[in-house]
Amino acid sequence: MDTTGRPNPLFRNLSAKIAAIPMILTALVIFVGGTAWTVIYSFTSSKLLPKKLFEWTDVINIGDWSLSIPTGIVWKSFVGLQQYERLWNTNRWMVSIENLFIYGLCSLVLSFIIGFVLAALLDQKIRFENTFRTIILYPFALSFIVTGLVWQWLLNPDFGIQSVIRGMGFVGFTFDPLYSADIVIYGVLIAGLWQGTGLIMVLMLAGLRGIDQEIWKAARVDGIPAWKTYLFIVIPMMRPVFITTLVIIASGIVRIYDLIVAQTSGGPGISSEVPAKYVYDYMFQGQNLGQGFAASTMMLLAVAIVVIPWAYLEFGSRKRG
Amino acid sequence: MTANSVEIRGLDLAFGAVEVLKDLNLEIPEGEFLVLLGASGCGKSTLLNCIAGLLDITGGQIFIKDQNVTWAEPSQRGIGMVFQSYALYPQMTVKGNLSFGLKNARFAKAEIEERVARAAEILQIQPLLDRKPAALSGGQRQRVAIGRALVRDVDVFLFDEPLSNLDAKLRADLRVEIKRLHQKLRNTMIYVTHDQIEAMTLADRIAIMRSGAIQQLGSPDEIYNRPRTKYVAEFIGSPAMNFIDGVVAERGFAAGDTTIPLDGYGWADGPKQGPAWLGIRPEHVATGELAQGKPFRQEITVELFEPMGADTLVWTTLAGQPFHFNLDGQHKVATGDRMTIGFDSARGSLFGKDTELRL
Ligand SMILES: Nc1ncnc2c1ncn2[C@@H]1O[C@H](COP(=O)(O)OP(=O)(O)OP(=O)(O)O)[C@@H](O)[C@H]1O
Ligand SMILES: [Mg+2]
Repeated sequence: MDTTGRPNPLFRNLSAKIAAIPMILTALVIFVGGTAWTVIYSFTSSKLLPKKLFEWTDVINIGDWSLSIPTGIVWKSFVGLQQYERLWNTNRWMVSIENLFIYGLCSLVLSFIIGFVLAALLDQKIRFENTFRTIILYPFALSFIVTGLVWQWLLNPDFGIQSVIRGMGFVGFTFDPLYSADIVIYGVLIAGLWQGTGLIMVLMLAGLRGIDQEIWKAARVDGIPAWKTYLFIVIPMMRPVFITTLVIIASGIVRIYDLIVAQTSGGPGISSEVPAKYVYDYMFQGQNLGQGFAASTMMLLAVAIVVIPWAYLEFGSRKRG
Repeated sequence: MTANSVEIRGLDLAFGAVEVLKDLNLEIPEGEFLVLLGASGCGKSTLLNCIAGLLDITGGQIFIKDQNVTWAEPSQRGIGMVFQSYALYPQMTVKGNLSFGLKNARFAKAEIEERVARAAEILQIQPLLDRKPAALSGGQRQRVAIGRALVRDVDVFLFDEPLSNLDAKLRADLRVEIKRLHQKLRNTMIYVTHDQIEAMTLADRIAIMRSGAIQQLGSPDEIYNRPRTKYVAEFIGSPAMNFIDGVVAERGFAAGDTTIPLDGYGWADGPKQGPAWLGIRPEHVATGELAQGKPFRQEITVELFEPMGADTLVWTTLAGQPFHFNLDGQHKVATGDRMTIGFDSARGSLFGKDTELRL
């Protein structure tokens, strides 16, 4: 192959590459390094502080120089998969996982459906669109803590929705999801949706607005009913928006923590625990770093199992095609 | 007498407080190729969308094939539409694009196959049927868009600037193809453009629009030779018509101390007098030998010239006003040259200063 005269691709845009080095290093050290550190220490019996991983042994002195060269390693505090065994044998972790599944699945499906339907309604060139958009997006401006507190009150049987409806004469009415272990996670779900769907709606609305109006006209001339146009033409065209939305919703689901803390503190009992809370509690309150790290490594693994095949499909195929 | 294919009576359309179309009337006989021509923002697309039923009109009535379709759905009007941005469904193959509407209308499979095959044959897109729109060139996409109207087997085709996203060469090719298509199908076609070459070459009749009203409706020949208003005269023809500011008097058209005879001028409504513009097309001005036979002759000085290949556009002063005319491109000129020009005002147009209408 004749490559003379062709610049080495490594040196193309060299100054840009040099400029990016600090950024690349930061990313490597903080993200990759921090992650690796967490994973490694999840195999130790670290309690309040990370324990020493190993010690060098057999230091030798060469001649008169007090030069120490380590020639051996003694592993310390490694406990293998013990933390993981303990994790998966803990009832609280199992409840957390189950809750995350229920919350995640419902939240994903409902956010998408409600967000899209709201966006499609707002897209009908209605009047006061800005007002509606602001109202629906408003909860997103509140933190999860505030949202959690607001909904804790609203769902409180003595002050909230239940008492209002009972006050209207329906004496037998019961609605207290936060006080029943079986459905408490749905109470959290309501608050989560109330807070988050506004953003999803705005994202979807932006996606809908990005679609050429002439596509709609063409579909009308073709006699395609509006719902079919959405289903077969518009939604397939909105794939990039859906992917962005999916990433945003999914990352919100995995990290869910503050809403639970504010609304139920994991109760009643442990019935609304979630993995992120488990991690936090073990690391900072249970003073059991090893266990916390093991739990967070499991969360990382779960995310990786979802993200890696997706990223491979999404970006791997593009390079080939 | 052939029936009117499309008839528009007193059409009004307003977007909120903005009146875009005002009391517009139009009758289009069956099989006619009508071009709507006008400057940007004059309401061409709006009119087309009203005919298609994509906009709810504020007043008036629309008939297609003698059916009152004023409130009918677009798909029920027997129209097919081709858009400027092609508006193909990007996730479907060409075949999917062509058949989606038919499938939705529950046509039999064999019928759909047949129609798609026929459209593909007419438009020469058989090899592209399994491709997605993203894998097509602009010209191919536009063909598919036309195909989507074709499979619907409609009486009226509506085109909204279908060629304006294409490069000049492709535009000329597709223009010919559209003309051929019309000759083959003999459907009524309504074609929006702001390209006057497209309008002149394609149209049976041209409707020149200005701020929501039709200024003149006529054959390309009428529009070119007998523009009804000064606006139409300005709009049609390139380079633009010369307008000499003056007064129509008994002896002829007086501009400054120059008098231009008006013998043989085809008055619209009998001879008139008063302030007016005399419009002369640059290509109707003769020079040298040819000028000798013209009723009006004058010696002028070349002030500026723009060679354009086939022609050279020469700028000069006539009766104290700027004036330009075409000269054969092979003719060598230089600034300061003197030459005799001549023209026949019978081929020109007079517009009254008060009304801007043809006299
Ligand atoms: N949805 C709308 N709301 C308000 N005004 C509109 C709307 N659509 C068009 N208009 C106005 O109506 C007028 C006519 O628009 P139209 O699109 O018919 O112009 P056009 O002749 O097709 O121009 P072009 O050659 O640029 O396509 C314009 O002044 C435009 O500003
Ligand atoms: Mg337009």
